[in-house]
Amino acid sequence: MERYYQPEIETASREQIKAWQDERLVKQVRHVWDNVPYYRKKMEQKGLTPADITSTKDLHKLPFVTKSDLRDAYPYGLLAKPLSDCVRIQSTSGTTGKRVVAFYTQHDIDLWEDCCARAITAVGGTKDDVCQVSYGYGLFTGGPGLNGGSHKVGCLTIPTSSGNTERQIMFIQDLQATILCCTPSYAAYLGESMKEMGLTPEQIPLKAGIFGAEAWSEEMRHDIEATLGIKAYDIYGLTELSGPGVSFECSAQSGMHINEDHFIAEIIDPDTGEVLPEGEKGELVFTSITKEAFPLLRYRTRDICMLSSEPCSCGRTFIKMCKPMGRSDDMLIIRGVNVFPSQIETVLLNKGYSANYQIIVDRVKSTDTLDVQVEMTPEMFTDNLGEIDRRQKELVEGLRSMLGISAKVTLVAPKSIVRSEGKAVRVIDKRKI
Amino acid sequence: MTIKQISVFVENNSGALNAMTSVLAEHNIDMRALSLAETTDFGIARIIVDDVYKATTVLKDAGYIHTITPVLGVAIPDTPGGLNKILGFLAEAKVNVEYMYAFMGIRENDKAYMIFHVADPAAASAALVSKGVKMLEQDALENI
Repeated sequence: MERYYQPEIETASREQIKAWQDERLVKQVRHVWDNVPYYRKKMEQKGLTPADITSTKDLHKLPFVTKSDLRDAYPYGLLAKPLSDCVRIQSTSGTTGKRVVAFYTQHDIDLWEDCCARAITAVGGTKDDVCQVSYGYGLFTGGPGLNGGSHKVGCLTIPTSSGNTERQIMFIQDLQATILCCTPSYAAYLGESMKEMGLTPEQIPLKAGIFGAEAWSEEMRHDIEATLGIKAYDIYGLTELSGPGVSFECSAQSGMHINEDHFIAEIIDPDTGEVLPEGEKGELVFTSITKEAFPLLRYRTRDICMLSSEPCSCGRTFIKMCKPMGRSDDMLIIRGVNVFPSQIETVLLNKGYSANYQIIVDRVKSTDTLDVQVEMTPEMFTDNLGEIDRRQKELVEGLRSMLGISAKVTLVAPKSIVRSEGKAVRVIDKRKI
Repeated sequence: MTIKQISVFVENNSGALNAMTSVLAEHNIDMRALSLAETTDFGIARIIVDDVYKATTVLKDAGYIHTITPVLGVAIPDTPGGLNKILGFLAEAKVNVEYMYAFMGIRENDKAYMIFHVADPAAASAALVSKGVKMLEQDALENI
């Protein structure tokens, strides 16, 4: 039977959800107008006052907030509560420039942890479970978010944080962990390491995994599920909005329910900023309607995504978002064609190669080159050079039909591609443009 | 009557082959023969060793991918036309030779040995044995 952490919210009627959103949006707009000069200025530039926003139907009138706004406003420019009311900060990795610092009141932390608790409950977690949180703890939201959610559900929480693979495996086995939370690439790595130790899926006590914070494909999900003997669920979130738990997967494993009592999602055309109808692919935009300290109105996530309000078999009434098809920051433009690393991963796994790959983009004599380096696996190796060559050509062909451009494939030694225990470094772009 | 060849995946860059042979040297494994097949990015090092079990174990532990392939160790009369005669026997038995390389491990007065990888090892050994050609056996490699 499907379990919910907050059934009265998670299965509320669409009318009720709309009513919450209308009321909370109006209140939030008033809150930022009163407390954040940066927002007031942006609204004034568009000739808006809080009176213009009477319900969610007026949402499209509001200006967007982008990552560069967050950087300009660093550190206190978007703060909407006195610092004395804030109890925590979290921060992004700063890989795309200056760090973003997000502030939380105790209320913000509570609601964020509720969202994570919903995600853990949706994968079957109860107070009888042992939940190992192998996301990094610290400024990164992964560890603290799931840790808080796990406490709320009442699971025995193992805060291993990331890294130290041997210790991770020791705790999973000795303390009989049933739920694993980490990045999908680290889950795949743990699975591979356990397989090497001779552990079969039956010998691994885990039953479910909550994996997010980076892009992963359906094929990677199947691989992780097979090696660890679990069900692997996706979770989505951004430090800017709270952290993991903005949306989460349920037993249907077909998209992530957005916690619509806290976030309003829109899909826009990334070029024109125009709101697109449901079912169309575009950039995901979120408005946080309950955040006190660091509210964001119409924040452009850069994630390319689709929304669906099809009723879900799990009984939740929140709309679902698909797995992001790529980030517009991850998206590579190679010879004028949009290429997402997740597309390359799909082809590799389909053709029987490992998910351990790296994409190297370069420019030689004004032409872009795409080199996909993939690790050889025992399953794909044979003494027959002709056979290896045939499989390699098949992979090149598969990539060409998926991407629409040709790529070079280089087979490299096992474990030669650097694995980070947090996010995998998938792309090296050497082009100097 | 085949012997076991270990085929190892090695990258085609400086030091890669040496790194692999170092693993064997450190574990005191005697390589009787080695042949390389290479492409631009990787190669297959094909080796014949004295202790197949130990060699494959240490290679696996060091992270190398390998596979075992049955090959023939064939005694070639050390006279002009010696190899030609053996290839004639195989042609007659309609067995395709896919690759071959020299084997330095044993050298008798009137014979040299070569490693043959053929499409049908069973048919090839039967044909050669019926012509009285001497073949290496796995035991012999372990007791040189």
